[in-house]
Amino acid sequence: MFDVLLTDMVLLTMAAILAIAVISVRSLLSATMLAGIYSLLMAFIWQNMNAADVAFTEAAVGAGISTVLLLGTLVHTGRLTKQAANHVNWGALGVVCVTGGILIYGTLDMPRFGDPKAPIHTHRVVQQLAQRVGKVDPNGVHEPWQYNSLADQGGPFEVLADGEHPHPKDDFSGHSPNTVTSILASYRGYDTMFETAVIFTAGMALVLLLRRREPGADKFLHEVPGSGPQEKHTGGRVA
Amino acid sequence: MKDQVVLRIITKLLVPYMLVFGVYVIAHGELGPGGGFQGGVILAAGFILYGLVWGKEELHRFVPRRVTDLLAAGGVLLYSGVGVATMALGGRFLDYSMFNADNKGDGEALGMLLIEYGVGITVCTVMITIYDMISEPEDVA
Repeated sequence: MFDVLLTDMVLLTMAAILAIAVISVRSLLSATMLAGIYSLLMAFIWQNMNAADVAFTEAAVGAGISTVLLLGTLVHTGRLTKQAANHVNWGALGVVCVTGGILIYGTLDMPRFGDPKAPIHTHRVVQQLAQRVGKVDPNGVHEPWQYNSLADQGGPFEVLADGEHPHPKDDFSGHSPNTVTSILASYRGYDTMFETAVIFTAGMALVLLLRRREPGADKFLHEVPGSGPQEKHTGGRVA
Repeated sequence: MKDQVVLRIITKLLVPYMLVFGVYVIAHGELGPGGGFQGGVILAAGFILYGLVWGKEELHRFVPRRVTDLLAAGGVLLYSGVGVATMALGGRFLDYSMFNADNKGDGEALGMLLIEYGVGITVCTVMITIYDMISEPEDVA
């Protein structure tokens, strides 16, 4: 426990330093690179907390794709930020402090960090550790009949029917040992479906807004009355 | 960037592994960490790396815009199609156990795998599209 906490504190301190560095450097290229390193650090932190799925996402999306996309955007903008006005915006500072205070107040309801009596450790994790789908058991128990003989001796599971896999009662018939996936894909299937639809919509919006039409494909636009290319010059002011 | 030898060789070495790993993460989502979203992003990262080094024309030779557009829609369609299929089999929307009435666990596994594929396909192609659109040269007109 202590080494996890220690690693966390070192990593979080570095993340905080990086976050300050990101907002204080003037070169946008440096800021992008620092943001990428920040995401990589956060991936380490999630992995340190055994949240492999979150770490995966953070490394792939935060450190990988979004760095590339920010660099792509950087090509179209300047290299330096504008010189920021040198005064404190008290209203914004107040809002940030109040929001942070509320968030910290919210964590007071949660179990202490690493508390062995936390509900997750007394219920869910016990069942997950006993899960055998997709794992090779160190004792060589992976066939249902072997499992049933253990259940007869008072194991944490009931006796299995033919063709059934040993699993906790609530994990969707035992075919997804990864809790995150079984929640995302099954328990919250609607949610994930519309998330996918949102990603699709974002892509299509980009295509509609930014993709250049192939030569000749925009001839229909000019047939609309009043939208021809000659209209540009009649009412416009000359700069 | 394709005249830089180091970049070119490293890209050629890395991209196949990235693509295989992306497919692995999607297909292995219900057993290990990862899933459709993460695997799709890794797949897209492989394609984007290729496009960064070899140029967008070369990327479009492998994945034409028509293909990414169609697949982005196809992934969502696959996901919702699974839901409709479970309804057609007599269950509720996205009730995966309908795929295998004798062994509900296997039906669940099949349904989850199919929707992971759907998510992965959409995320991968949309990420490629975003890169494609953002790296578009600025309009001169």
